[in-house]
Amino acid sequence: MEANPTGTRKPDVAASPSANDAAQANGPAKPDVLVTEDLKFWYGKMRALSGISLKIPQHEVMAIIGPSGCGKSTYLRCLNRMNDLIASARVEGRVIFDGEDIYARNVDPVQMRRRIGMVFQKPNPFPKSIYDNVAYGPKVNGYRGSMDDLVEHSLRQAALWDEVKDDLKKSGLELSGGQQQRLCIARALAVEPDVILMDEPCSALDPIATTRIEDLIRELRENYTIVIVTHNMQQAARVSDRTAFFMVDEQSSGTLVEVDETQRLFTAPSDQRTEDYITGRFG
Amino acid sequence: MTQDAATRWRPRIRRRNAIGRGFALLTIVSTLLGIAVLIALLIDVFGDGGAQVDGHFLTNYPSRFPEDAGLRSALLGTLWMLVLTAIIAFPLGVGAAVYLEEYAPNNWLTRFIQLNIANLAGVPSVVYGLLGLGLFVRWFALGRSLIAGAMTMALLILPLIIVASREAIRAVPDSQREASYALGATRWQTVFRTVLPAAGGGILTGTILALARAIGETAPLITIGALTFIAFDPTGPMDLFTVLPIQIFNWVSLPQREFHDLAAGGIVILLIVLLLANSIALFVRFRLQRRFD
Repeated sequence: MEANPTGTRKPDVAASPSANDAAQANGPAKPDVLVTEDLKFWYGKMRALSGISLKIPQHEVMAIIGPSGCGKSTYLRCLNRMNDLIASARVEGRVIFDGEDIYARNVDPVQMRRRIGMVFQKPNPFPKSIYDNVAYGPKVNGYRGSMDDLVEHSLRQAALWDEVKDDLKKSGLELSGGQQQRLCIARALAVEPDVILMDEPCSALDPIATTRIEDLIRELRENYTIVIVTHNMQQAARVSDRTAFFMVDEQSSGTLVEVDETQRLFTAPSDQRTEDYITGRFG
Repeated sequence: MTQDAATRWRPRIRRRNAIGRGFALLTIVSTLLGIAVLIALLIDVFGDGGAQVDGHFLTNYPSRFPEDAGLRSALLGTLWMLVLTAIIAFPLGVGAAVYLEEYAPNNWLTRFIQLNIANLAGVPSVVYGLLGLGLFVRWFALGRSLIAGAMTMALLILPLIIVASREAIRAVPDSQREASYALGATRWQTVFRTVLPAAGGGILTGTILALARAIGETAPLITIGALTFIAFDPTGPMDLFTVLPIQIFNWVSLPQREFHDLAAGGIVILLIVLLLANSIALFVRFRLQRRFD
């Protein structure tokens, strides 16, 4: 590992061998917001990730696809240290965000999570009003501006405002599944994060609600960097700029097979295993 | 093949359905039996004691003349006991439950503590009385005061509150905690803003039911030396006191029949206090569940 002087250095200087080097050589290079270097992860004695190195460019949607159990959700939850909540979890390697390793001793995960938000597989609004759901993050983080404006802005960004503006006092749990998930997205946006991690955000939703979330993801890309885990290859193809394909290796540990621009990965994958997967030969 | 099927399967539908109906009947009988006993008890108590309950009964002090006797001091003692016990037991119980569920590492020590708290809930109440006598009455030199009694009662119901609160806290799904952490909340913000509000209904219900148990208890208070005859109002935590169950016990143990009727009247009042507490518990649970579902 090279030394990591704190602060000034640009995140994309933290170069490491990565499968997407080739892809990045082509387009105009965007700065990388999140870079993982040889990230390994264990649940107790079981290794779930074997050395993932991946760069996530700014204001792009990165999709992570792969068969069940390939570690894609585990990887995503390493990016904002959600796995800290699991007692037996252990991490090795680095996750560079804004020039700093988020697993470094001096980094406070609470402060970091405000900037790397998350949307979960199952919509999980708090049993509070719609307004309070959105205001929760700003409140715990000491937001001093106009809460009404922030709530409205966040709900508008999440394309939910018009449906709920007359009913902000209603419980978030009274909304439909798709609305709940957009409420969760609004809630994540309200703390003004740089990155939003989405863990199969549509897997509990019907096709119409899914389409709305997908449209939303494409809009949010203008202002946010999004990493989305999905088991749905069509979804990855529809919403993402870049796709990473994960698989389990011989030790049944998650590994990165290939990452490329989405269109290239789905039309001309460079790895045989990727081709087998996207053509439906396994998984 | 079709012939085979007839011999290989013996559905005996009628028999299975009959067993099902029989079992359902059995459960209905058990339910009705329990309710019938309760109703018989209520009729008996209200028949004997209902006539005793009037304004005088509530406002008079105990007396050796049955027609003058009332349970004013005992009722006030019970209300004092209720409030003081709640003030002591609620924060301690909920605090311990939060620690065990949200903070404690999952190791043998934690499991040992959890197991023993569950065991403490089963310790006979008179044992708590002996502990209260040695610890609060004598060692802390609090005497036979309300506060000594309330501390003893708090010890008695602490395990109940901890167990009920832990159950309620554990019932809050992890997805709620994750949602809070992912927004940049600290652990205590997550506990105070997400976990405790979501668990509030269960915690309050458990606490009120535990308190209801406390105000029905006699043995620990007799053990620490609560008086049976108090002819003044308790006005502060350091005052001597008596409570409803002790007053009832006292009246029952007297030979005259009139006092037995007074005891029945006391039971009516005690039941009313208990039912009131339980209905508050139901109401609280209903209200909070409506808010959180």
